[in-house]
Amino acid sequence: MLASSPRLRATLLRVAQSIPVVIGVVIISFLLTRALPGDPAVYFAGVAADTASIEQTRVAMGLDKPLVQQFFIYVGNLLQGDLGQSLSSGRSVAADLAKRLPASLELTLSALILAIVIAVPLGVLAATRPGTWVDHLCRVVVTAGVSLPTFFTGILLIYIFYYLLGIAPSPLGRLDFIYLDPDHVTGFYLIDAALMGDWETWRGAAKQLILPATTLALFTLAPIARMTRAAMLTALSSDFIRTARAAGLSNRTILYRYAFRNALLPVVTTLGMVFSFALGANVLVEKVFAWPGIGSYAVEALVVSDYAAVQGFVLAMALLFVALNLVIDLLYTAIDPRIGFSSK
Amino acid sequence: MSKMLSVKDLAVSFQTRRGEVDAVRGISFEVAKGEILGIVGESGSGKSVTSYALMRILDAGGVIKAGEATYSGIDLRRAAEHDMRDIRGREISMIFQNPRAALNPICKVGHQIEDVLRHHARATRYDARAKAIAALEAVKINDAEARYDAYPFELSGGMCQRIVCAIALACDPRLLIADEPTTGLDITTQKAVMDLVRDLIRERGMSSILITHDLGLAAQYCDRILVMKDGVIVEQGDPVQIFSDPQHPYSRKLVDATPRAGETVRSLLPPQERGEELTPTVSDQPILEVRDLTKTYAGKSGPVHAVKGISFMINQGQCVGLVGESGCGKSTTSEILVRLMDATSGQIIFDGHDIARVPARSFAKDSRRADIQMVFQDATDSLNPRHTARQTISEPLRRLARMRGAKLAVRIEELAVLVGLPLPLLDRFPHQLSGGQKARVGIARAIALDPKFLILDEPTAALDVSIQAVVLNLLVDLRAKLGLSYLFVSHDFHVVRLLCDHVIVMKDGEIVEQGAAEQVMSNPQSDYTNALLAAAPKPPQRRNIS
Repeated sequence: MLASSPRLRATLLRVAQSIPVVIGVVIISFLLTRALPGDPAVYFAGVAADTASIEQTRVAMGLDKPLVQQFFIYVGNLLQGDLGQSLSSGRSVAADLAKRLPASLELTLSALILAIVIAVPLGVLAATRPGTWVDHLCRVVVTAGVSLPTFFTGILLIYIFYYLLGIAPSPLGRLDFIYLDPDHVTGFYLIDAALMGDWETWRGAAKQLILPATTLALFTLAPIARMTRAAMLTALSSDFIRTARAAGLSNRTILYRYAFRNALLPVVTTLGMVFSFALGANVLVEKVFAWPGIGSYAVEALVVSDYAAVQGFVLAMALLFVALNLVIDLLYTAIDPRIGFSSK
Repeated sequence: MSKMLSVKDLAVSFQTRRGEVDAVRGISFEVAKGEILGIVGESGSGKSVTSYALMRILDAGGVIKAGEATYSGIDLRRAAEHDMRDIRGREISMIFQNPRAALNPICKVGHQIEDVLRHHARATRYDARAKAIAALEAVKINDAEARYDAYPFELSGGMCQRIVCAIALACDPRLLIADEPTTGLDITTQKAVMDLVRDLIRERGMSSILITHDLGLAAQYCDRILVMKDGVIVEQGDPVQIFSDPQHPYSRKLVDATPRAGETVRSLLPPQERGEELTPTVSDQPILEVRDLTKTYAGKSGPVHAVKGISFMINQGQCVGLVGESGCGKSTTSEILVRLMDATSGQIIFDGHDIARVPARSFAKDSRRADIQMVFQDATDSLNPRHTARQTISEPLRRLARMRGAKLAVRIEELAVLVGLPLPLLDRFPHQLSGGQKARVGIARAIALDPKFLILDEPTAALDVSIQAVVLNLLVDLRAKLGLSYLFVSHDFHVVRLLCDHVIVMKDGEIVEQGAAEQVMSNPQSDYTNALLAAAPKPPQRRNIS
């Protein structure tokens, strides 16, 4: 108990540290959207509006009040879970996000899992056999992954697998129209369909997911594979590997129990970064595959100065990043016993 | 006595980008049952590579090119890899230098011992814990039960080395190879670890190979010594015989360079290189006076008192030795004196003024910055890897003396000559210089501005003994020529005795004893000084060859 308490304290401290970050995020997302060019009141009053009706819209939207007061109204609404009305879709932003965020997350997470499953073993193999064909393959994949933009690989994959070979379904959204959407539980179609036991729909959703997820995975694979290889090489040349070898431990134990666990730290860091890249790269992939995700939603909202929607998007993304960083840091504490003692 | 290990004409080479490099070139030796064999040599002599070759754990690119190595009838060179895995740890095992790095940092030490036990089928899942704890107790770790759950970073260096021993000895091997097992450990810890290893070896009737650069240490613990240089054995024999009558010129040089009682700093050098000894002028005017210096850090579990009110004086031209083990506050003290760190309280009277009042942050702009300089412990780490020797030496001249152009170039060459650095080497980068040359660059940088007072923080700790001998002599000469005063920080009593007039012994942030060097060494007043002196390896006395 005594031994675990500093770690527990470090963990709690880390969780507490994200609270001010969240507050900061709320303030910044509010200010950023106010700083957008264009006057939403003019836009939403319509083309035929005169000065009086613009002013009326402005009052109706609460934009005539001082900024500080607007902020407190915003925070008050936020606390009740009200992110405002999207003026372009006409629905509440919260409902829109709840529908679209899982779509993006499902895509990003499957891509990331796919990338990890391929990149980590590839990196490990490349590190243990430097100079062999695996190492060269790793290098080729890494170079291709970083140099091919996602919209290009996306279109290329559609061309090959949908147009030429015809084995992929048409790249239009999350589910072909012949299927019904599964009941909304998590918003992840694969999980929801599995929960319902509707494997027909599950297969349909998976088919739609494969191409965009592969596109995104190809992009995220490169940094993961490269970092795994580098971290493994460093770990394998450490003194404790020599000790383990001198003690006669088997190669497998040395590789996994000694080298790989130590190499995990930088890999986890990279995963965090890659996840945020992937969320950014999503926008293009969503556009190419007509994926009803949060990225395309935000771009559309931005174009029409739909500030409640933009604000909701920025907030959701920022919270996602905060949560992600928290998870990464907590993973660190789980992997590395030194954390919590050395850092304050 | 029967042979346990026999090595014949062993040659090891490494494939590098610049072609093949021979690390070991045909060495032959034997280890008898129950014998402790010492392999002594300086860096690059091939002594560690020999042991890795025996275990077949050479780094990538290393191969045994020729020769035989037989361990109780088993051909170590040709044995299948999976047979080797059974031999490693169970028949032959190793302990390493830098024990903390030799342990898996994110794995409990108990589990690391269990891994070995279970791999060699010495324990099952059910009794592994008990056996691991027994292994910890065997290396005399107190409270083994609690230590089982410790991670390496929670343990001291000496404790980590005991764990490494526990891992190595867990499966009762017959032969233990110890590769510089005490490098980087404190002198009392060194003694404790070496005594433990020797006792365990004797108790279990094991054989051992002790690989070290320290001839004195080898002489104290080994039955027989091999001296290696450039991949060949130049001499082998009984320690006393090697010490009293070395046959090969290289072993003679090593013996000469090993500091011990009854020597002078000049006698560390080979006879033909011993120059005339210069006598420094020591005045009774103090150049530096430290009064009640304290330093307290805010630690996690309350304040840490690193320095607890120490006072001492250094006269002009004097060399004062500051001795103590790690954690005694000697590094903190030197950092405060060189004004890189602020003291919590106390005065530092330098040339009649209290320089403790000038905050460390703004001392760089103080006119006395040039007067107090420092030579750092690690010659490699304290040089900017992207700066040539010339740039490194020019830095203080440019910044503090605002020297430029021809004047600067002349001064740099003057300094290079002074520290004995060949002029063509000035345009090399640190990685292109040897350890001794890097030490010279560090010294040249420190004396560039004609300081009055120099702090030497273990300047020779990372150097081979023969290089150490040269650098120590250089320091002695510079002191006499330039009229410098030194504070020489060290953990090595033998070196301090050679260089210093006055010695301060520190422990836990306090001065436990100070006085004239000879007096402290020959008639120590405190128990701690006594313990330190007793722990220092005592090489056999040299037979006087007049």
